[in-house]
Amino acid sequence: MSHENPIPMTPVWEHEDTSRIPFWAYTDEDIHKQELEKLFYKKHWCYVGLEAEIPQPGDFKRTVIGERSVIMVRHEDNSIYVVENVCAHRGMRFCREKHGHVKSFTCPYHQWNYDLEGKLQGVPFRRGVKQDGKAKGGMPKDFKTSDHGLTKLLVATRGGVVFASFDHDVESFEDFLGPTMLSYFDRMFNGRKLTLLGYNKQRIPGNWKLMQENIKDPYHPGLLHTWFVTFGLWRADNRSELKMDEHFRHAAMISTRGSGGKDTQTTNVSSFKESMQLNDPSFLDVEVEPWWDGPTAVMMTLFPSVILQQQVNSVSTRHIQPNGHGSFDFVWTHFGYEDDTPDMTERRLRQANLFGPAGFVSADDGEVIEFSQQGFEQKPFHRSLAELGGKEIEETDHMVSETLIRGMYAYWRKVMGV
Amino acid sequence: MKADNYLKLTQFYQNYAAMVDQENWDAWLDMFSEDCVYKVQARENYERNLPMAALSLTSKGMLKDRIYGITETIFHDPYHQLHLVSSPLILSESDDGIIESQANYTVFRTKNNGIAEVYNVGRYLDHLRLTEQGIQIKSRLCIFDNEMILNSLIYPI
Repeated sequence: MSHENPIPMTPVWEHEDTSRIPFWAYTDEDIHKQELEKLFYKKHWCYVGLEAEIPQPGDFKRTVIGERSVIMVRHEDNSIYVVENVCAHRGMRFCREKHGHVKSFTCPYHQWNYDLEGKLQGVPFRRGVKQDGKAKGGMPKDFKTSDHGLTKLLVATRGGVVFASFDHDVESFEDFLGPTMLSYFDRMFNGRKLTLLGYNKQRIPGNWKLMQENIKDPYHPGLLHTWFVTFGLWRADNRSELKMDEHFRHAAMISTRGSGGKDTQTTNVSSFKESMQLNDPSFLDVEVEPWWDGPTAVMMTLFPSVILQQQVNSVSTRHIQPNGHGSFDFVWTHFGYEDDTPDMTERRLRQANLFGPAGFVSADDGEVIEFSQQGFEQKPFHRSLAELGGKEIEETDHMVSETLIRGMYAYWRKVMGV
Repeated sequence: MKADNYLKLTQFYQNYAAMVDQENWDAWLDMFSEDCVYKVQARENYERNLPMAALSLTSKGMLKDRIYGITETIFHDPYHQLHLVSSPLILSESDDGIIESQANYTVFRTKNNGIAEVYNVGRYLDHLRLTEQGIQIKSRLCIFDNEMILNSLIYPI
């Protein structure tokens, strides 16, 4: 934090613990490039999509891991493959459709053709052309198609959700989540088929980690999201827990909604208005579902790529897609379950008005992330504070703590070596 | 369609844009019928028959709640909107005064200290009711082309 050397050549984590986070963690382009390598491309499973997005053999969806374009595709044998969207020949990002149905992939540039596993099937003019009885040109004799497939990723599917990794030595998906996170994952994805309701997409001009932190920060919802408080959906004294995996990289904020109304906790909050009623209460027409097994909201952050949302009846995945240190695309995929009644589908869609780029309680998250990034950029030698609930990293049975953020940065420092 | 009705329709589209740009939310609400539908939806969802929308309001009560939200509860960077709306294309007209029409729109956003930027581009797909008293919106779908919403979408389009 010294003003004499405002932009350190080698970023140094000066504080002894993670209750202070240096702004360079969000502003340094070199750090960002290292994050892509160490967090998105090695040793981690990243979210790519839902099986429900590619129900039939030959169906594909183009998406990204970190900043690398990949294609998730369903094979004829019904298994799912993920391949990198870069032609093995001249490196072109050949797949331009966002989704579709194919028998094979062809790069338009020179018509190199790949099967759905990414294996190179054919190369035009491989044997050259025949002129005057002689073969001219073409690939050398030692050219093997088997050496030139698309980069193939390791794939893990569980409960209808698809993850992939460029790193073929990554631990199993189950070990990656750890038992506690896996139990919350399985609660939401308990084997029922998912139905796709659609997408919301926003471009947020801030560092991607800020979105992970936003969903590891139970301090802000009752303060920033005044809509939550006004209509009784969130209170600081809701029964709640904060949990993490053993590495502190993933987390879950688990809470059970109170009955709303006035008490000392809410009257402390300036936004609470006792007399406020919705003109149309169907925004909050909540129906308790058996699979909840108690909690009305479980927000999971799976590091680094995705947030899994259950907020009463609204369920979604939120995919973090960085582009540079100062911006990321945030893609929400809303879904339901195969046994949903039409009423339940309507309910999920109505409650989705609370979330996404226009949502009553989510629009403001993107805004504060943008303005946090602005603050970081103007004084990269400074640091932020995450000391609520102490300096330690521990699970809690309340919401008044920034312990999950401290945990994430303890893991981040270890992986990044800073 | 009779020429004077087309004139009324054109006036209605331009007045809608003016009321939204002026943040005259009472006037905006008055343009909708009680059982109205108002959605702001990505073209991708619309064309793939996926029901998800950035905003999906299915009663006038919900519209009022939205206005309460944007004026009282949602924190956001202040900004102005400026709409350019094309002249309407009439798709159908029924005997009981229901007009199906569409118009292209462009919305520019200008923030404090900022330069106007193209914020949202799309088309209105409308069912309007034409009576002696005037025109009311039965349903308005704002189907936008932008792949990404520029961070947040607060005000109606």
